[in-house]
Amino acid sequence: MSGHVILVEDEENIAEAIRFLLSREGWSVDVLGDGTKVVETLQNVKPDVLILDLMLPGKSGLEVMQDLRSEQLLKDMPVLMLTARGQSRDREMAEQAGVTRFMTKPFSNSEVLTAVRDLHAQARQHRTALSPNLTDQATLAQLNRVTEV
Amino acid sequence: MSRGALTGSRIRERRLIKGMRQADLARSVGISASYLNLIEHNRRRIGGKLLLALAQVLSVEPATLTEGAQATLLAALREAVAHLPSDELQRIDEFAERFPVWAEAMVQSYRQTQSLDATVRRLSDRLTHDSHLAASLHDVLSTTAAIRSTASILAEPDGVDEVWRTRFLGNLDEDARRLAQSSKALVSFLDNSDNYDTRPSLPQEEVEAFLADNGYYFAELEQDGGSIQSIIKNSPRLVSNASQELAVRALSQYAVDAQALPQIPLIDAIKDVGVDPAAIALQFSQPLHVVFRRLASLPETEIGRLIGLVICDASGAIVFRKSVEGFSLPLLGSSCPLWPVFTALTRPHRPIRRRVRQHDGGGKDCTCLAVSWAQGTVDFDRDPMLMAGMLILPENTDAPDVLALGASCRICSKEACESRRENSVINNL
Repeated sequence: MSGHVILVEDEENIAEAIRFLLSREGWSVDVLGDGTKVVETLQNVKPDVLILDLMLPGKSGLEVMQDLRSEQLLKDMPVLMLTARGQSRDREMAEQAGVTRFMTKPFSNSEVLTAVRDLHAQARQHRTALSPNLTDQATLAQLNRVTEV
Repeated sequence: MSRGALTGSRIRERRLIKGMRQADLARSVGISASYLNLIEHNRRRIGGKLLLALAQVLSVEPATLTEGAQATLLAALREAVAHLPSDELQRIDEFAERFPVWAEAMVQSYRQTQSLDATVRRLSDRLTHDSHLAASLHDVLSTTAAIRSTASILAEPDGVDEVWRTRFLGNLDEDARRLAQSSKALVSFLDNSDNYDTRPSLPQEEVEAFLADNGYYFAELEQDGGSIQSIIKNSPRLVSNASQELAVRALSQYAVDAQALPQIPLIDAIKDVGVDPAAIALQFSQPLHVVFRRLASLPETEIGRLIGLVICDASGAIVFRKSVEGFSLPLLGSSCPLWPVFTALTRPHRPIRRRVRQHDGGGKDCTCLAVSWAQGTVDFDRDPMLMAGMLILPENTDAPDVLALGASCRICSKEACESRRENSVINNL
């Protein structure tokens, strides 16, 4: 089981390591280095999972979440938030912003892989529950186009 | 009872502190024990040679015996017991004079409490607002995350191909260096955990401590070609990158000012006209605020008097402070809004002179000279960035009409002040 991940991370070496890990498991990974173009990118390319750093140049992860959840087509997208700020207040704010899972740095590679797999699986189950016949990407894309109209 | 009338009580107090018997003290100054007894019970006035002799044997200044507790001790004591009913406060002189050691102990205890309170507020503020600390921690954790992730990949039994291996090793080396640097800065920042009350914590505080350590004077920069970087490199105070950047800015300004107002001609001018910023500005064709900065940077031995300086930005935030005895500058929180430096912000480019006195904590009469100026580029399409500076010149004489002001609301007892932001901890004075 694999799919498409967009990773928003300004630390190049973290991004490179995560991209390597996911790519090796068959995921296609695109990396963005700041928060300014995330929503615009997601409107054109809808990934299966979004990995989002909290502290980003341009626009913070929480601001990205706010924009994301206000978009009808993106509001259910599974989001794994990575952060060096592990205070309970940050976690609460992330949950309120609609983050699906919260992970503090430094994390292990297996934690990231497991989280991405879980989020993807949950999203698929959710979609199947909504419409059992619509499980493949092509059909979902078709549904999205219909919804847009 | 007047202060002078209690001279005998003070002699007795000092004798007991010294552990002397009445008879021994009397013998050492050539009087009888019964006469000393009368003196100690304030039934005989003394002065002249006998007073000097007693003071010498008791190892105190004669004035300590005749005038009692110093004014600063009394002022501090008033602050410490400000919560007491006013009728009790009226007896504060008597208490300080009868029991000077207890009074000093009480003041010391109060000062310690104040210091601890300031530490608590500073730590709380740091945790909440210190972007430098937050950024340092973020840097350390992010770099650690990169190292952990990369190292785990390299340590996998199946390994990675040579291209990726070379690339990840390069990343590891880069991150390890970065981690070493950011960890060192963080450790220095958090070091001396038992010394929170004196340790500078924020970049601006580090720079202020650095400037104070150097007496605000940098001989290397008085000449053309002085190296700012070498000054900063040799300063143990400037721990963080942020404080080093601030220090570079401050010293660069210093060097520019030193070129505009060279030390030797400036000192000659001061000898001619005194510490008169307007006359100096005219003589050197320089703006007043540059003269302010130069006067505050030269050694007091050269200028011949103490000078303090405060510079704030348009928000009222103090961005530079050089304290001077007789005018208290709070380290925490906002300053008194009555300071002329803030008035100067409302009257751009108009010099303001005010004779002021802080009426708490042993304030002296000070002449404050303030002016504001536009910093940076001035253009038609944007508002100027205003700054204001205030030179503080303590005076040795008391003027009848002075502007009464404080250091900050929290420790100011001025009643019915329209500018008060918060209640004072000092009441009923």
